[in-house]
Amino acid sequence: MNEAAAKPPKRSRQLWLWAALILIGVAMPWVFYDWHTARQSGFVLTMMSQMGMMVIFSLSYNMLMGQSGLLSFGHAVLFGLGGYCTVHFLEAAGHHSFPVPLELIPLCAGLTGLGFGIVYGYIAATQRATAFAMITLGLGELTTTAGIMFHHFFGGEGGISTDRTNASSLFGLSYGASVQVYYLILAWTVLAALGMLFLTKTPLGAMANATRDNFERARFMGYDPRRVRFLQFALSGFFAGIGGGLYAITYEIVTYDAVSGALSANVVLMTYIGGATFFYGPILGAILITLLQSGLSLLSNAWLIYVGVLFIGMVTFAPSGLAGIIGAHGPLARAGRLGRLLVPYLRLSIPAFATLIGFSGAVELTSFLTIGEAQGKHLVLFGETIQVWTPQPWIVTAILLIGGGIWLRRECRAFARIWDDLNADLKDRSL
Amino acid sequence: MEAPALSLKNVRKNFGPVEIIRGVDLDIARGERHAIIGPNGAGKTTLFNLISGRFPISSGSIALNGTRIDQLPPQNISRLGLSRSFQITSIFHRMTVFENIRCALLWSSGYRYSFWSPLWTQKALNRQAEQLLDELNLASRRDLQAGLLSYAEQRALEIGITIAGGATVVLLDEPTAGMSHSETEYAQALIRRVTEGKTLLMVEHDMGVVFGLADRISVVVYGQVIASGKPEDIRNDRAVKEAYLGALTE
Repeated sequence: MNEAAAKPPKRSRQLWLWAALILIGVAMPWVFYDWHTARQSGFVLTMMSQMGMMVIFSLSYNMLMGQSGLLSFGHAVLFGLGGYCTVHFLEAAGHHSFPVPLELIPLCAGLTGLGFGIVYGYIAATQRATAFAMITLGLGELTTTAGIMFHHFFGGEGGISTDRTNASSLFGLSYGASVQVYYLILAWTVLAALGMLFLTKTPLGAMANATRDNFERARFMGYDPRRVRFLQFALSGFFAGIGGGLYAITYEIVTYDAVSGALSANVVLMTYIGGATFFYGPILGAILITLLQSGLSLLSNAWLIYVGVLFIGMVTFAPSGLAGIIGAHGPLARAGRLGRLLVPYLRLSIPAFATLIGFSGAVELTSFLTIGEAQGKHLVLFGETIQVWTPQPWIVTAILLIGGGIWLRRECRAFARIWDDLNADLKDRSL
Repeated sequence: MEAPALSLKNVRKNFGPVEIIRGVDLDIARGERHAIIGPNGAGKTTLFNLISGRFPISSGSIALNGTRIDQLPPQNISRLGLSRSFQITSIFHRMTVFENIRCALLWSSGYRYSFWSPLWTQKALNRQAEQLLDELNLASRRDLQAGLLSYAEQRALEIGITIAGGATVVLLDEPTAGMSHSETEYAQALIRRVTEGKTLLMVEHDMGVVFGLADRISVVVYGQVIASGKPEDIRNDRAVKEAYLGALTE
């Protein structure tokens, strides 16, 4: 009974955290408001809009991966088809044959996602584990091919485009300005996230976890794991469809990229890096990856390499993702001992920073030596042009990378000792 | 006459050319506690797998309360009121102890695949799960991940999951395997308590538990039932002594 009594404050603190996150989402366009032109920053709006739809998309993916233990390689299909259908809805709205206001079109996109989720789920959910992954891969490729082949619906390689101002609005908004679209996305993101959170707390959500952990035992409790997988798949299609609908509304064009394997791989990345074992993990992953995609891609030609290395690093060292890393600090935080980690973290950060600089130096030097050279670009650091053909920058890079790496390894071991001691101590006290 | 809780007629099972179960006939009356004993490899666990629908039978028939179940998948057999435990602990490792028990209650409480009823508002269901945790002596472990429980606690949870759904026929596969003496005694008392009024069929190697719990005992050797009867009859059965008990006391 004691533990139950200790729970409510923790939950309310989490609630505050989410309220703060939503508040940041609401305030962001105004933080980057340009008073000279009296406009929001287009870059920030686009990035935040992208974050919103990716949050929905990766949360819907985690209904399969984290909650049901199903690794899908074709989840973009449900997202993209929602997008394609939304373009057709908007076109129909232009001909006055689709009297749904823009605010509710994402719901229609969700329903088409649900429809495709039922069809694809009927095929894929018969299997689990590797066979399931292979089927989804096949379905993904199939749909991408269809996207290129069937011009009438998909518009071929050029895709299909539309005008979101075709649709009417419940609130008399024109949705010409992207800030209006952004708030529509934000509202749907919150709704969809709450919806998916709710699902985890229903009998189906519980049995999805159960079939993930031990599908055979679930059968001996009266449940058909195939039915559980199918329902999870179809419902995740609903939410992926909402994401795709918002995508179509934002960009007003959908090409086969939206159903492609690249996007399917991206959602695996986001979910995994964020942490599939926690409900909120994919939110963190979607935000981080979108930040990297928007920010890092401006800074570096080779930004994909950083994302790739981040992914490999997470899989190897932190398989429960960012959320897992945060969650691991929970017991120490509750015991009020997080402060003890401050110095160890500082000690860790110096060699980590050196290694990072060394690594990015190596990547950038190589990139400028090859792609940059072809594009006639020069590497400029602190106002100085770096001569990538001379040995000096390479030597500095090598020293930072190798020296920093060795130092980092030693610090990591020291950190692990302190970490283990602290947690062991905590365990002793609780017993 | 009332149909037996469980009735096996000439049940056979072969894996490829090897016949593991060679014509088993067995009737378990309602409310009876029945133990199956026999040397390793006799086919006891296979028999459980056949009854519970994990494997299909090769020939013969199995009936639960007079209803044929030998062609049904496990989930349908479970819905008819037959539940089983596993020799190798089979729980949901990454879920909490409470969630494990609650999942086991879901189907029999009529929730099916509901994705519209929030579990936190299901007061009766949650209370039932709490009560069962109390009975299993696992209430203090309520919010712990099941995979982190001690072995004996996991075995108790295994039994809890098995009986949670209110099955009338319970199959326990070596419930006390690997337990210390005191743990075994505790488990025996637990089994007696939670299977009150139910039909119990169990495979067990611990003769103390077998003779302590069972109303009747069947001896399975080499895929066949060589003897079936009251504990004292089995103890004195010449064939059993030769085939099984004798081998132990020598």
